[in-house]
Amino acid sequence: MQFDQLLQYSLSGLSTGAIYALIGIGFSIIYNATGIINFAQGEFVMLGGMFTLLFLETFKLPLWAAIPCAIAASTVAGMLFERLAIRPLRQPTPINLVIITIGGSILIRGLSMLAWGKDTHAIPPFSGDDPISIAGATILPQHLWILAITILIVFVNRFYFYHTISGKAMRACSYNRRAAGLVGIDVRRMVLFSFIISSAMGAVAGIIVAPLTMTAYDVGVMLGLKGFCAAIIGGMSSGMATVVGGLLLGVLESLGAGLISSGYKDAIAFIILLLILFIRPQGLFGKAESERV
Amino acid sequence: MRFRFIQFLAAAFTLCIAQAAVAAAPIKIGALFAVTGPAAFLGEPERNTAKMVVDEINKAGGVKGRKLELVTYDTAGDATKAVQLATKLIKDDKVVAIIGPSTTGETMAVIPVVEKEQIPLISCSAGSKITDPVKKWVFKTAQNDSLAVAKIFEYLQKQKQNKVAILTVSDGFGSSGREQLKAQAAKFGINIVSDDTYGPKDTDMTAQLTKIRGSQAQALIVWGTNPGPAVIAKNAKQLGLKLPLYMSHGVSSKKFIDLAGDAAEGIRLPSGKVLVADVLSNSDSQKKSLLAFVKDYQNHYKTEGDHFGGHAWDAVMLIKTAVEQGAESPAAIRDQLEKTKNFHGIGGTFNFSSQDHAGLGKDAFVLVEIKNKDWVIVK
Repeated sequence: MQFDQLLQYSLSGLSTGAIYALIGIGFSIIYNATGIINFAQGEFVMLGGMFTLLFLETFKLPLWAAIPCAIAASTVAGMLFERLAIRPLRQPTPINLVIITIGGSILIRGLSMLAWGKDTHAIPPFSGDDPISIAGATILPQHLWILAITILIVFVNRFYFYHTISGKAMRACSYNRRAAGLVGIDVRRMVLFSFIISSAMGAVAGIIVAPLTMTAYDVGVMLGLKGFCAAIIGGMSSGMATVVGGLLLGVLESLGAGLISSGYKDAIAFIILLLILFIRPQGLFGKAESERV
Repeated sequence: MRFRFIQFLAAAFTLCIAQAAVAAAPIKIGALFAVTGPAAFLGEPERNTAKMVVDEINKAGGVKGRKLELVTYDTAGDATKAVQLATKLIKDDKVVAIIGPSTTGETMAVIPVVEKEQIPLISCSAGSKITDPVKKWVFKTAQNDSLAVAKIFEYLQKQKQNKVAILTVSDGFGSSGREQLKAQAAKFGINIVSDDTYGPKDTDMTAQLTKIRGSQAQALIVWGTNPGPAVIAKNAKQLGLKLPLYMSHGVSSKKFIDLAGDAAEGIRLPSGKVLVADVLSNSDSQKKSLLAFVKDYQNHYKTEGDHFGGHAWDAVMLIKTAVEQGAESPAAIRDQLEKTKNFHGIGGTFNFSSQDHAGLGKDAFVLVEIKNKDWVIVK
């Protein structure tokens, strides 16, 4: 085993992992605000990529303009989803909500298939595709974009949740919805906020990854599942733990494919998911929850 | 005597009416295509082409005065659905022959039905096992995987590159390709030094490629359908992989070049002749059919016809030719199909016989290279 090979595996893993992390954070934000797992999260990743394509090719916008438009459009889709599918529910038991998000994801995927067809599409990279060599391993400029944007989003997230009123209110909802409501926090609004934030983040993930992986109406399924794994490893925290979870997952997958067998790449992700759920359901870094009376 | 004559006239008259009634009734052909679902990239052009060809035939007056009627159903790539729809075509629609399904899995599921009901099936999928061993009622128009593999290996042998790495997708198409690659390697004196797979939805294959870079391989063969191979091409460029890259006929459409962009340059792959129809030599026996198909498809659907659509073109035309020869019942059509010789279609030149229901030879494929975003024939 040569060093440059190992380095390549790790670098590839880190950049894929960063995407998993972004999607995973989307999962945990909604989970923390509402207590549900939004299985439509992967579809917002897809929408990000597909909307970018729409603005690029149909409206002929330049890339720098198409990206914010695509994020805005996906965010609107996220808002509509919350308003039309989540909020009207009379008895929002978690199981009902989870089933609704699964239904929603199938609907969004179906509509996208009708709107954009079944083909895979490519999006141009943000800044060229000349590989950058690092000690024998190579990455693309797009990988740097992915890592940088992920780091940026994690910091913005942290700032929002710990230093703004609405961020603090959202955290309050996640600790205890009822109590948050009693002190005057509009819980339903916070739920809407959580959908807005996570759909925007999903869209960003979808856009920055599209130049590498290409995009189609059905890319959301696998990416969503991997993001979910990342969130579970991170114990559904909306901070660093999920990021580490995503990176860990990416690197393990890449090392597994390179050193053991590429056939087991996805199996590795899901074995980790199952192990965590069985052995440490609170996440790799979480403390066991204790009920205080 | 006179009575006899009247009787004769009456008989002739009824015959004429019967003839007219038959002439009015269209010949019903069933079609099963995966128009939606994961195999839609096959099913959609196939359905479009089948409809187009049947329309054209009818516009030109039908076959021997009878119109063709195409009954198409969407299987969504689902074998269970394909079986149900095949039964429906036979029992309710009473078709005389069935075209499709689009994938090998569906075809294998439908075979017992058509064998039992004795309806000829012309499959548009590529798996070798469809016609090997020969089934009485089953034919196919898609080129066997084995022919594509042989085309690549033949070229590698000429180039004296005998250590290859293979990277195949973990679905039906990939595993069938992988089997063929491994089975035929020895025959061409080729040694597979690295054998890897990737998932159909994987987004990064640098790990597999890094492993291959560290192996002894002199060439890399990738077996998959879009978008995986395009991702691999980009990853290979990122890693600066020096190995010559070969791909399967699964990506032989313009779409692949669009997706892979600059990374597609220099990739070689076996392809049906549709892609290179305009640069084929005039002596090529398929050229006339190919150009007609490409032009028609362009006129009807405003996009380029690919060889997937070509499979349906061949299937409809084979049935048309059989009917022209006087076959009308399912059994007669089957017998006539089996006698087809030198049919210059889109997929190749078909020669069916009782031992061969695939009917194509190695000349069905040409090896092409991507140069300046276009296809060039490799000599």
